[in-house]
Amino acid sequence: MNQLDFPILTLMLAIPSIAAVICLYLNPAAARAVALGATLVDLALGILLWAAYDVGGAQWQFVENYNLFGRFAWALGIDGIALMLIMLSVFLMPICILASAAIKDRVPEYMAWFLITEVLMLGVFMAQDIFLFYIFFEAGLIPMYLIIGIWGGANRIYAAYKFFLYTLLGSVLMLIAMLWMVNFAGTTSIPQLLVTDFPPQAQTWLFLAFLASFAVKLPMWPVHTWLPDAHVQAPTAGSVILAGVLLKLGGYGFVRFSLPMFPEASNQLFWLVMALSLVAIVYTSLVALVQQDMKKLIAYSSVAHMAFVTIGLFAFNRQGIEGGLVVMLSHGLVSGALFLCVGVVYDRLHTREIERYGGVANNMPAYAVFFLLFTMASVGLPGTSGFVGEFLSLIGSYRANSLVAFIATTGIILGAAYMLLLFWRIAYGSARTPEAAAMSDLNPREFLFLAPIAAVVLWMGVYPESFMAPMRKDVGVLVDRIARAAPAGDAQLAMGTRSAAPDAHVAPGAAEGHDTGAEAGAEEAH
Amino acid sequence: MNRDLWLVAPELFLTIASLVLLLWAAWGGDKSARLITWLAVACLAVAGFLTPTASGAEAVAFAGLATGDLFAAFGRVLIYGSAAVALLAAASWFGRAGDYKAEYSVLVIFSAIGMGLMVSATDLLTLYVGLELLSLSSYVLASFQRTDTRSAEAGLKYFVLGALASGLLLYGISLLYGFTGSTLFSDIAAALAAPADEGIAMGRLFGIVFVLAGIAFKVSAVPFHMWTPDVYEGAPTPVTAFFASAPKVAAMVLLVRVAMEAMGPAADAWRQIIIFMALASTILGGVAAIGQRNIKRLLAYSSINNVGFALVGLAAGGQAGAAAVLFYMSVYIVMTLGSFLVVLRMRDVDGQPVEAIASLSGLSRTRPGLALAMAVFMLSLAGIPPLFGFWPKFVVFEAAVRADLAWLAAVAIATSVISAFYYIKIVKIMYFDEAAPAFIKEREPIGAALILICALAVSPLGYFAIPYLSPLTDAAAASLF
Repeated sequence: MNQLDFPILTLMLAIPSIAAVICLYLNPAAARAVALGATLVDLALGILLWAAYDVGGAQWQFVENYNLFGRFAWALGIDGIALMLIMLSVFLMPICILASAAIKDRVPEYMAWFLITEVLMLGVFMAQDIFLFYIFFEAGLIPMYLIIGIWGGANRIYAAYKFFLYTLLGSVLMLIAMLWMVNFAGTTSIPQLLVTDFPPQAQTWLFLAFLASFAVKLPMWPVHTWLPDAHVQAPTAGSVILAGVLLKLGGYGFVRFSLPMFPEASNQLFWLVMALSLVAIVYTSLVALVQQDMKKLIAYSSVAHMAFVTIGLFAFNRQGIEGGLVVMLSHGLVSGALFLCVGVVYDRLHTREIERYGGVANNMPAYAVFFLLFTMASVGLPGTSGFVGEFLSLIGSYRANSLVAFIATTGIILGAAYMLLLFWRIAYGSARTPEAAAMSDLNPREFLFLAPIAAVVLWMGVYPESFMAPMRKDVGVLVDRIARAAPAGDAQLAMGTRSAAPDAHVAPGAAEGHDTGAEAGAEEAH
Repeated sequence: MNRDLWLVAPELFLTIASLVLLLWAAWGGDKSARLITWLAVACLAVAGFLTPTASGAEAVAFAGLATGDLFAAFGRVLIYGSAAVALLAAASWFGRAGDYKAEYSVLVIFSAIGMGLMVSATDLLTLYVGLELLSLSSYVLASFQRTDTRSAEAGLKYFVLGALASGLLLYGISLLYGFTGSTLFSDIAAALAAPADEGIAMGRLFGIVFVLAGIAFKVSAVPFHMWTPDVYEGAPTPVTAFFASAPKVAAMVLLVRVAMEAMGPAADAWRQIIIFMALASTILGGVAAIGQRNIKRLLAYSSINNVGFALVGLAAGGQAGAAAVLFYMSVYIVMTLGSFLVVLRMRDVDGQPVEAIASLSGLSRTRPGLALAMAVFMLSLAGIPPLFGFWPKFVVFEAAVRADLAWLAAVAIATSVISAFYYIKIVKIMYFDEAAPAFIKEREPIGAALILICALAVSPLGYFAIPYLSPLTDAAAASLF
């Protein structure tokens, strides 16, 4: 069956599902414990999955396929890209449960919906059948709608409607495109559809239908407006899941569907995607600069960061795609952590107004350290996870088009401006209100959910290879697949001719396959 | 002759049974109402087992006046099933006020006979007789609560507009008869396939339009939907549940058969009409429901909306389209019966039925189980996966895409977002709002069990039924061709 001789993927979906049903019948304290236990078991299974994953082995691993539904199959399987996103999800879930201590109302229901959300997110990354994927992808609307609507802030109902209808409208057109593709290819299996060449004229329409869905989820400008509302109104853990994992569904969709299935259309609409991304980077960064609400600021910064994902992915080269994927992982951790940081002070002061804080570093030093670390990671300081992804993504986009890289880089500067401004206004100076001065530092529970994220952020910044290695081969497959449609690019890099090299004993090309720069150069040359 | 009788055995059996029950009701009085209800349900079950499943020439009854093919069988089973559920729901709803009359069950069986004739008709006159039998029983059912003016008004409205629709239908039948020379579906199809000069072709087209208009009234497709909200609101709730399920299936199955069997060669003529009605129904059913305050009116618009989606499957045409319509209707009746079963439980502390959507506020706090069931039905009607209501929409859109009508599927699915708004509004009212006065808690084991069954059927567990249901709809649709 697979390396582990038991259907680990189904098990990872089954455990939270069962726990969700159990939670409904428990008292609040027990429901919290069951939810935490279930997510921790899933985390353990995720670590086992990563450990057993054969890097560089078969493209699809842990494959399960049961024809349960006649028209489509319960087909699961992962590649390296899905593995990393699954790890991100299972890592963030226990943290979200821990961070939900402020929820006092209808706790068992809350825990049940969170566990269902986890099932659906994991299902999206695991699905190997296009309709199974759609069902998981779309089903996530229901629990998020309820989480925002029941446990959200003051304006939660508007936000819940907006989230639901926006994302639904985006997704439905994708379903029609999927029906067309399945009708054309005669299979619902994603691995088989990935190697189907759709006629270029049809690709444009299919690409636009998928774009409608993924652009809303990601979100891209100008359909991002649901995100600030949903993020701001959602409870802290809801924001973490939204920013941490749900936004990644859009990026995952681009990598899994749009690029490999419609390479010609991706090239044809290169400027559409790039233009939307660039507007997002510059415009939403500027919007973030003037926000008075902490959560809103981070929400807008999410839109800007996700634009780095699309810029990287649509650069059509290895650095860009790897960069885009790392930005997704990094953003999942960092923005999740930033929302948690906001949640920590919100639980004490019950306001998200930046003006009500100030000088937090004086009375909450440990908090300020964590907050600073995540701020720096969001800015993209070398040594943190944010740097790796954005740097690669910018290199990739430079090779695709130097103008794109030029405009996108301004986003880094603006990002530094709004994030540092946020940190300065909250942590430094003196407290603007007496309540802010009286806030106590992190309690052990808060320490417990911030410290692991901080560790992973640094790990990813210092040794990104751990995270990039599983994805390398799959990115290679993707790059080969789209090579036929790759745009020429205006920045023509060429490998320099070797002078009489003193290290001539190194076999020519030995560096390739490890040194991404050299390999990319070789690709460009032919 | 013997074989002919077997092919209409369910109707024969129900006719005899209903007459016996009618006499029993006349002598037994309203005391026997409950027993008669159970007997009526048993009769419907027996009729379900008597349903013929012949094919080919074996299925032709009375020289082509009716058929006992699988398509009719599928329709009959759905009709008997939903009529039985409506009967069971009615018994406890009427019972408490002492206004439950014994003839209620008899009227439902009469209409079931009419619907059975409708789905097995292969002749325009058989069709008309079946439709009228259904309609006349329905008019009486709509005004069943004689003391309630709204109920009487609903019956009158239904009668006046229904009579108009019958007139249109009959006019269309006469035109088709005049310009094709027959009332048999097979002969009409043969005549329509043959080339004709312009005047005759025009006459046939008018005939087709009028027949479709008459049937569209019964399925309440826009622009022939006006009666639906008023009748649904005014009729007693169990009657509304019945109207929203069985007659919809019967009329839809009939429409598919008429369109594909009798008018098959003129598909280009009727397809554009069906497409118009489909899109108009999905849009109007979505937009007009938004402002409703009465849950029954809202469900009326919801049924208009759903009929629109089923019509998308018909517009796709062919065997896949017919199978899609059958699949759609089978899941639709479960969702709609489930929603009405919940509405039947909406009673204030005095036991009086309430219909205001606002009274559902905060239901998830006062009655979590009932709220969860209603949320499942609403989201399922909206077609949101992983609930099973997604799959019938999937099937009709797939049929449309295969028939090169991807644009129609895209527009229709986009309009489904409009209707999603009011479905999630119900969920919002039940889950997000502050609790309104709780409904009275009563022991209704049958109602609760039916709600549970319906909710489980449209929950994600429903997907496991696809491998069993799809071959049935495919086989039923194949018998049309």
